[in-house]
Amino acid sequence: MRIEYFQLIDRIIDLNLNDLTIRVEANVPTECTIFEGHFPGRPLMPGVLLIEAMAQASGWLIIGRTKFAKMPFLAALKEVKLRTFVTPGQALVVNAKIMHEGSGFALTEAEIRIDGKMVCNADITFRVVDFPPGDFVKHMHETAKRIAFPMEVATHG
Amino acid sequence: MPSTFDTVANIIAETCDIARDTITPDSHAINDLGIDSLDFLDIAFAIDKAFGIKLPLEQWTQEVNDGKATTEQYFVLKNLCARIDDLVAAKGK
Repeated sequence: MRIEYFQLIDRIIDLNLNDLTIRVEANVPTECTIFEGHFPGRPLMPGVLLIEAMAQASGWLIIGRTKFAKMPFLAALKEVKLRTFVTPGQALVVNAKIMHEGSGFALTEAEIRIDGKMVCNADITFRVVDFPPGDFVKHMHETAKRIAFPMEVATHG
Repeated sequence: MPSTFDTVANIIAETCDIARDTITPDSHAINDLGIDSLDFLDIAFAIDKAFGIKLPLEQWTQEVNDGKATTEQYFVLKNLCARIDDLVAAKGK
């Protein structure tokens, strides 16, 4: 996880396009400037970044589902629950499942677990649109490679 | 069994916190009821679920943007309900 670059996901463990689920690893770094302010003497992973991690996991699932044809953008959050503190150095497992695929939007349920215990969860809505012009899709492919996105699954279903 | 309009009006009232009695078949979802595109995603989700269909919002938006259709054709509620009925009928074929 490189928080300062908004890279919240380290590795995709499993992408299942039959079940419409994804599981990813996300390891909170031991040091980051964000922890100096959040909070001095009591470093905590910001809840908004936990939400972002759930959104990114969901997003890669949707990208897989659309076979890299569409880009999901975070649109709405519901039923967000931040159940316990997350601290530097903890290993997160993020799970997400597509609950509905509409025309131009998708809904997921996502959660983060530490040692099997749920620490947060949310229902997330995405607008699903064409990739913006320029190098956007190229950068997404580079990121996909970095996080071990199983391209063969997205290609062959 | 409630009519398509009643189901849609109830969804809009509940989703957008709009008084049910202000929603009529001639209401324009955007111009009269003030529903924005994000709220309409919630409405589309609820309609998709309620009727077992997939409202083709992308196609409708494209047609409006291309000048091939007006928003009235899709977002005046009586017209929206007619299209829902068509989608439900097509599903059964």
